[in-house]
Amino acid sequence: MPICKVLVAGDTALVVDFGDRVDLQVSAKVLSLARRLNELRIVGVNEIVPTIRSLSIYYEPLNLSTVALQERVLELTQDLQTSEISGRTWQLPVCYDAALAPDLSDVADHSGLSQSQVIELHSGVTYHVYMLGFLPGLAYLGDVPDELALPRRENPRPRIPAGSVGIAANMTCVYPMDTPCGWHLVGRSPVPLWDLSRETGTLLAAGDKVKFKPLSLREYERGLSRARSAVRQVHPAIENAV
Amino acid sequence: MTPALRVLAPGMMTTVQDLGRVGYQHLGVAASGALDPISLRAANALVGNPPGTGALEVAYLGPTVVVDADSVRLAVVGASATIEVLPDETARGGTRYASMRTIRVRRGEVVRIGSFSDGAVLYVAVEGGFAIEPVLDSVSTYIRGGFGGWQGRALAAGDRLPLRRNAASDCDEFRLEGLKLSPPARYRAILGPQSDFFSDGSIKALFDNEYTVRPESDRMGMRLVGHKLDHIRGFNIVSDAIAPGSIQVPGNGQPIVLLADRQTTGGYPKIATVISADLPALGRVRIGGKIAFQQVTIEEAQHLRRQLLNEIDKIRNRIIPLDRNEHDITAELLKYNLISGAVDAHSRA
Repeated sequence: MPICKVLVAGDTALVVDFGDRVDLQVSAKVLSLARRLNELRIVGVNEIVPTIRSLSIYYEPLNLSTVALQERVLELTQDLQTSEISGRTWQLPVCYDAALAPDLSDVADHSGLSQSQVIELHSGVTYHVYMLGFLPGLAYLGDVPDELALPRRENPRPRIPAGSVGIAANMTCVYPMDTPCGWHLVGRSPVPLWDLSRETGTLLAAGDKVKFKPLSLREYERGLSRARSAVRQVHPAIENAV
Repeated sequence: MTPALRVLAPGMMTTVQDLGRVGYQHLGVAASGALDPISLRAANALVGNPPGTGALEVAYLGPTVVVDADSVRLAVVGASATIEVLPDETARGGTRYASMRTIRVRRGEVVRIGSFSDGAVLYVAVEGGFAIEPVLDSVSTYIRGGFGGWQGRALAAGDRLPLRRNAASDCDEFRLEGLKLSPPARYRAILGPQSDFFSDGSIKALFDNEYTVRPESDRMGMRLVGHKLDHIRGFNIVSDAIAPGSIQVPGNGQPIVLLADRQTTGGYPKIATVISADLPALGRVRIGGKIAFQQVTIEEAQHLRRQLLNEIDKIRNRIIPLDRNEHDITAELLKYNLISGAVDAHSRA
């Protein structure tokens, strides 16, 4: 059985699909192929977008034929070196204080756990960055322990503040900017995940690992004022690798 | 003071757009860029700019701006609207101009663009472009991300949009002849990438029925209402990337065509994808407009893409001095069999 399907998304994009599931093995294949294609710099390929389960390749069909690109991709997927994928590891501070976690008690109720058990579970996992998508710098982190996996809220909020930490299904994320949101909010991080004073704006990249470190409300506020006043200096201090 | 266009009234939604932000979708950054890149290119060509220079994209109702520079040359291409130049900020009436031509406007004069009688977007290009620093290699405004263009947002009254030039260059005015902005009878689309989430009946229904553009449509997506498309395997997929023109179908079965500011990834199945050659025309369709789709193969789509790029290459040759009437002259010269030499003599290089 082939490990992927190459799908057509219009006349200027191909989707290399490794399966409709959230799976570390699938992600490793996606990210490995992304790296190979980035190294190869095939003429006519404009942009490569890895997602949780697939890799989209945007190309100029008048410079690179669809068939040639399909064949090349299938050839590359024959020997993907998935073991080589190792991103950076980050420790991201998160405050789970009820003042910043409007859905923490709901999540606790639904999971039959205490709030401190929820925090312990959520911050006890080293998460994999499956992809960045939807918003600039928004990293989809998994896998959230099954006990905490809830469907999205029935009533999405029209606007939540940047830094909010959300859970939906087996994914969690830190929102890089104010946005409408249907995820359950269980905390907030003082670290900006999108900041254009960085070279590409983002902190995290697909393939990175993330662990959350619980902060008190007071530490959060201190971290926030430092992050706001001196973003560049603060980053190395609060983003130390684990 | 730096040369600028000062905004008296912003219009309904006026943003700076170029040909888009290429190469950052893997960071979650939308491509953005002009909804109708053909009109953007044509407006830029008229004022002598490179094709991807940032210009104002105007939706439905035009802005009113006053020239805070010695002079500026501008061109309007796209939807039909009244274009007026008023002598000053207090004047009530002024001189009307056509689109698809250059207009030289002097310090203190006011340019007023009215509401559109057809089409959804038009572009106002200024000679030399706006003095705006690119963000991630583009001056396109990405409102949801809050960056690019003018302060990451649509123009507001009181903004001063800085100009690269303080004065228009000393040349005569030009016009663009024979640029066709007519829509295709049906918007052509290729099946996939997730057409297997839909029954054959739903796929047929997509191509057999007319859809109406809903008022909630914006630069992210054109929301349609019409024959409901039924999923056969649920409407949630694990997120994958969203190509331009993707026709995604959420739970309510009403399709959404994803446009320039589309989110980079999403979790609804995409039944088909509008072909690249038809996207500029789709960008011109108004709220309330009716559209239909036609299925084509990828080979046909790429053939149409080549045709469109050839048309784009020809835009420059369609620009002629304002005061010459190309058709009449051509007819005259044909009589004398002098046509080949004459065309070179009066078309701008």
